[in-house]
Amino acid sequence: MSDNMTPSKNDCDPTFAERVRRESGVAIDRCYQCLTCTLGCDAAYAMDYPPNQIVRLCQMGMKDKVFSSSSIWVCTACEACVTRCPNEIDIPHLMDTLHQMALADGSPVKVPSVPVFHKVFLAPIKLFGRQFEVMMMGLFMLRAGKFSISDIKTNITLGLGMFLRNKLKFIPHRIRDTKAVKEIFRQTLEGRGK
Amino acid sequence: MKYAFYPGCTQEATAEEFGQSSKAICRELGIELEEIPDWNCCGASSGHFLDEALADALPARNLAIAEKMGLDTAVVCAACYLRLRATRHKVAGSPEFGKALADRIGMPYEAQYGVKNLLDIIVNDLGLDEVQKKVRKPLQGLRLVSYYGCYIVRPPDIVGFDDPENPTSMDRLLEALGAEAVDWGAKVDCCGGSLILGRDDIALKLLGGVIERAREVDADAIVVACPMCHANLDMRQKGPGPMPILYFTELVGLALGLPEAEGWFRKHLVDPLNLLKGKKLL
Repeated sequence: MSDNMTPSKNDCDPTFAERVRRESGVAIDRCYQCLTCTLGCDAAYAMDYPPNQIVRLCQMGMKDKVFSSSSIWVCTACEACVTRCPNEIDIPHLMDTLHQMALADGSPVKVPSVPVFHKVFLAPIKLFGRQFEVMMMGLFMLRAGKFSISDIKTNITLGLGMFLRNKLKFIPHRIRDTKAVKEIFRQTLEGRGK
Repeated sequence: MKYAFYPGCTQEATAEEFGQSSKAICRELGIELEEIPDWNCCGASSGHFLDEALADALPARNLAIAEKMGLDTAVVCAACYLRLRATRHKVAGSPEFGKALADRIGMPYEAQYGVKNLLDIIVNDLGLDEVQKKVRKPLQGLRLVSYYGCYIVRPPDIVGFDDPENPTSMDRLLEALGAEAVDWGAKVDCCGGSLILGRDDIALKLLGGVIERAREVDADAIVVACPMCHANLDMRQKGPGPMPILYFTELVGLALGLPEAEGWFRKHLVDPLNLLKGKKLL
């Protein structure tokens, strides 16, 4: 699953482990590599470093390996690892912190369609205060470049199925106080310069 | 029994039948729901994926409005449920955090009231005896597996009203309705819902595993309590043979003899009508 885990002098950023501890608040040093997280992880098969190795890489300050991994993007946030961890290490929250750090750092993203999805998911919420699926899906296809024949076929089949059952709404549901929600975005996500 | 009601965005779109059946059975069971006025989206997975402060502020606005109503909040969607509980948990544990959050949303919020999932309310607050008394059409002959997924049971220090590894509340509810609740191995597996657009190959593998486990025990249908699990399993499953995915609220409605039930089932992509008609339940 992993390539060489041995750190060389050039790989290690001694300040990285400390930054991870501070920004996530997650007790990464409590990990003793029992692998319970990885054994129960449904997405581990699709990760280049399984969850226990991501924790280890953070401890060792191997920033580039962490930021360039697929692991931080394909975690499904199912919360199984933290539920079972004997040391209560909140790995899903660690993953959130790591991909936020990677985005802020401008590192190349191994699975770009994942952060694109999350960004377009929030776009209608900021505008209307509620989700608006048609807009979200349209934006996702545009920004993630999902135009292969199989993508289009899937979307037409599912879109038509939902349309016929009156599950696709073409008019957004706008809350009255959209200003309050815009203000929340301004003070949080946008205040961080993203 | 009265609750502030947080429906969540999907209840008015892709999971309309979940919202409609929830409201209908609450009316019938004597659970009063008063919708939180002008509620907003909780931010779901994408809020915490991109910004922790956003992930707390979006639910907090709803919780603050519910607090003014002086009621515990009832939540139908499993993902909204976790987001609202997570924010409430942080505020309850730290008044300073609560004050900073209140400044951000421009409303006081002190975590004075609870947040409950509708399944918890029906099974534990109302009680299965009360449900059973109102069953007019027992779901006899239906072999069902209860699929809890992630956010009804995990992480247990934030959401848990049931066992995180072997929950039974939905199974016991289905038995009270007269169905056969079959034990199986994927109760708390993840369906991969959060990756269905970003990496659908992973989501398809995970949801395929859930369907496969249900087939192994010869289930007639999978019963869910989450609109993302439903959309994922109902829309993206592959053969052999259809596996209907039903909301627990629809089955309560069917057993209570509500005439609207057939309309809810018509909204599914995998048609459950043949199954239910075959068992003389419709």
